[in-house]
Amino acid sequence: MTTTSPAPARRRSLASAPPSLRVILVKIALLAIVDAIAVFAASILFFQGSWLVLGILLLGTLLVNVVYLHPGLLPAKYLTPGLIFLAIFQVFVVVYSCYIAFTNYGDGHNSTKEDAVAAIVLQNTQRVEGSPAYRVTVVEGAGGLGLLATSPDGEFLVGTAEQPLEPLDPASVTQEAGRATAAEGWTSLPQQQILQRQQEVAALQVPLGDDLSEGFLRTTDAVNAFVFQSTFVYDEAAGTMTDSATGTVYTDRGNGQFESDDGQVLGTGWQILVGLDNFLYPFQNQQFGAALVSVTIWTFAFAILTVGLSFILGLFLAIALNDPRMRSRKVYRVLIILPYAFPSFLSALVWLGLLNTQFGFVNEVLFGSADIPWLTDPVLAKVSVLLVNVWLGFPYMFLICLGALQSIPEELTEAATVDGAKGWDVFRLIKLPLLLVSTAPLLISSFAFNFNNFNTIYMLTRGGPRMSGVDENVGHTDLLITLVYKTAFEAGTGRDYGLASALSILIFIIVATVSAIAFRRTKALEDLH
Amino acid sequence: MSTPIDPRALDAAAATPEAKEPKPAPQPRMPFGRWVRTLGWRHLVGIAVAIFATFPLIYVLSASFNPTGTLTGSNQLFRALSLDNYVKLLSDPNRPYAAWFGNTMIVGIATSIGTVFLGALAAYSFSRMRFTGRRAGLLSLILVQMFPQLLAVVAIYVLMRGIGEVFPAIGLDSLLGLIMVYLGGALGVNTYLMYGFFNTVPSSIDEAAKLDGAGHARIFFTIILRLVAPILAVIGLLSFIGTTNDFVISSVILTSPERLTLAVGLFRYVSEETNTNYPVFAAGAVLAAIPVVLLFLYLQKYIVSGLTAGAVK
Repeated sequence: MTTTSPAPARRRSLASAPPSLRVILVKIALLAIVDAIAVFAASILFFQGSWLVLGILLLGTLLVNVVYLHPGLLPAKYLTPGLIFLAIFQVFVVVYSCYIAFTNYGDGHNSTKEDAVAAIVLQNTQRVEGSPAYRVTVVEGAGGLGLLATSPDGEFLVGTAEQPLEPLDPASVTQEAGRATAAEGWTSLPQQQILQRQQEVAALQVPLGDDLSEGFLRTTDAVNAFVFQSTFVYDEAAGTMTDSATGTVYTDRGNGQFESDDGQVLGTGWQILVGLDNFLYPFQNQQFGAALVSVTIWTFAFAILTVGLSFILGLFLAIALNDPRMRSRKVYRVLIILPYAFPSFLSALVWLGLLNTQFGFVNEVLFGSADIPWLTDPVLAKVSVLLVNVWLGFPYMFLICLGALQSIPEELTEAATVDGAKGWDVFRLIKLPLLLVSTAPLLISSFAFNFNNFNTIYMLTRGGPRMSGVDENVGHTDLLITLVYKTAFEAGTGRDYGLASALSILIFIIVATVSAIAFRRTKALEDLH
Repeated sequence: MSTPIDPRALDAAAATPEAKEPKPAPQPRMPFGRWVRTLGWRHLVGIAVAIFATFPLIYVLSASFNPTGTLTGSNQLFRALSLDNYVKLLSDPNRPYAAWFGNTMIVGIATSIGTVFLGALAAYSFSRMRFTGRRAGLLSLILVQMFPQLLAVVAIYVLMRGIGEVFPAIGLDSLLGLIMVYLGGALGVNTYLMYGFFNTVPSSIDEAAKLDGAGHARIFFTIILRLVAPILAVIGLLSFIGTTNDFVISSVILTSPERLTLAVGLFRYVSEETNTNYPVFAAGAVLAAIPVVLLFLYLQKYIVSGLTAGAVK
C-alpha cells in the first residue's frame, strides 16, 4: 500500500511527471468539444430565458474545466465523467420525483397558469358571425406553419401560432390577382403537402394581435380564413375565466384549476404544490385505499413466493444433480440454465402465447381444448405469473445453490457421518445453515428485484384482470411498480404524475426498510455460525 | 444408461466446452434397484425439469417455423417448417424489426461500453488514490442504488421532455438521450464490484510503472485496464443484459415506431393481437435470442475462468 498513501511531496514527484505533448493535445481537444457543446446549449437556453438551467450549466462547465486544467485534483479527474451522469439521471431525478409527489402534476395540470389560460382561450374559439374572409396561403417558416393572409382591405400579413399577424412590405410579396401567394423568408406549402398535413393546418390559429382576446385567423380549406374569437374571456384583475356564451364565471380557488360556483371545473388546469394530498389520497378515497393495500400485500406475496419457490426448486435440483457418479450431469445443467440465458423480456411474451385462453398450447393440448382463463381470472392470473416467474428465476437459484453446495468442505459431511448423523440430518443441520448463510445476501437482492419485477407482470397481464369497484385502473396482479407506471403513463382515468411519484416513494421506503432489516438479520446469522 | 434427450439439447450441450471434458472412468455396474435409488431418481428429476425449462423455448422455435400464421396452428410442434414468418417479420415497414434490433444493439453496446468506462475510471480513483470523502463516496454509491432509476421513471420522463424542448437530439424519442439516462446508473454497484477487483491488482505494478516515468493516465489505460479485463467483461455483459431487458424507461422515452427497442416493439406488437401476431413474434424472438444465448453460453466460461484467474492473482 505504499503508492496509495505516500507523502504529498513524493506523490507530486511521481504523479506529475511532465505530460507528453500528445496527452495535452488530447486533453485540450476533449475539453474544447465539451465547452463547444456547453456554449451551444447555453446560447439556446439564453434565448429561451431559462436562467436557472443556464446558471447550472455554466457552473457545471466551469467546474469541469477547473478539474481538468488544474494540475492537482487527480481523483476528481477520474470521478467527474461518471458523477455528471449520476448527478443528473440518478440523484436529480430522485429529488425531482420527491418534488413531483407534492404537486398535482398530470393530465390537465401540465404547465403554468399562464399556459392554462392561453390553452382554454385557444380551445374554445368560434367563428365571429359575419366576419369578412381573409384570403390565405399556408406557409412554413422557422417557427413552423403560418398563414400568409391578404386582408379584405388588400393588406398583406403573416403570422404563426406563436407570432401574431404582422404587416408585410408589399414589395417582398408575390401576388396573384391581389392575393399574396408567397413571401420572402417563407416557403409556400404545395397542395400535396397541405393535404398531408391537413389536421395541422386545420388546427392552426394565428392570433390577430398580442392580446389573445382580439381573436385568431383560422382556415379550414387553406384558401379562405375567418376571424375566430374565444368564448372564454380571462379577467386578469379578478383572476376569473368567464364563458361569454353561458355567462358562467369560473374562479381560481387555489386548486390549480378554474371552478364555477356550482362545482364545474374547466378541463385545463395548471401545476401547483398540493402538499401531502397525493400521500393522503388512499385514505380519502376508500376504494383506492383498499385496492392499494391488496396490491401491496400481493407485491410482498409475489416477491416472497417467487424467491422461496425458485430457491426450493433450485436447491432441490442442485442436490439432485450434484452426484459425481451421475453421467450427463452437464447436459442437464446446460438445459436448466437455458431460461436464464434467454432474454428475459422475451420470456414473458413466450408464455403469453402458451397461456392464451382460446388458442394457447396449455389449454389446447395439455388440458384438451379447455378454456381455462389463465391470465384473466383473478386467482389463476396470480398462479400463472408466479409460475412464469419461477420458470425465469429457478435456474439462477440452481446455479448459486450448486456453487454454495460445492464450496462446503467434504470433511464436514464426513465428520458428521462419523459422529453418527444420517443423510437427512447432515443436510438439515450442517449443509442447509451454511448454504443459507452464503446465499442470503443473494436472496435478499433477488427479493428486492422481484418486488419491482415490472416486466413479468406487465407483459403477461398488464396487471389485470381489473379490480371492480375502483375508479383507478388497478388490477389483481398489479405490483406497486406496475401501478406507478399505469398511473403515470396509461391514460385510463388521466395520467397523474403526482400520485405516481408518491407511490414510487412508498415503494422506496418499503424496499429500503425490508433490505435494512434483512441485512441486519443475516449479519446476526453469520455471527451465529 | 441412455436417457431420452431432446436432440436440440445435445446440440446445445455439445456447443458448450464443458461437455467436451473427458468422461469419468466407467464405474462397476450396480444392481438396478440400487441404481434407481441412488441415481435413477436424479435422472428422472433432471429430465422432468429439463423439459419444464426448455419446453417454452422449443415451442417458440416451432411456432416461428409454422406457416399457418396463428397460435392455433402452432400447437402441433414442428408440423411444418417454413421461413414465412421470418420473411414477414423483416418485410413489414409498419413493424421495422431490423430497426428495433439495430436500436437495441446500439443502445445496449453504447451503454455497456459507457458503463464500463465510467465505472473503471471511478474504481481506479477509489482503489489507487486517497482523498477526503473517499469512504463516504464508496458508501453513497451503494446507497444511491437503493432508489433504482425504475422508481424515478416519472421524473425521468418529465426531465427528458424538458430537455427535448431545448435540445431535441437528446430529449424524448432519442436513442442518445436513452443511453444518457442509462449511464446515470453507471456508477453504483458496478463500481463497487470493479473497485474490489482493482484492489486485487498489486499496487507494486503501478509503482514500477511510475518509476519508469509513466503518468497516471498511461498506467490506467495501458496497464491497469488490461489486468482487470475479466471484471470489465462481467460488468459490460451485466450492463448489456440489463439494458436490453429494460422496458419501463425505454417505453417511456422512445415513441416513434422506427426508434423502438426490441423489448418495447415486440411487446406492443404481440400484445396487440396475440393470436395472429404470435408466429411472427416468435420468429423475431428466435432471431433476438440466438445471439444473446450464444453470447451467454460462450462468455459464461470466459467470465468464470477470468474471475478465478483474478482471484488467484
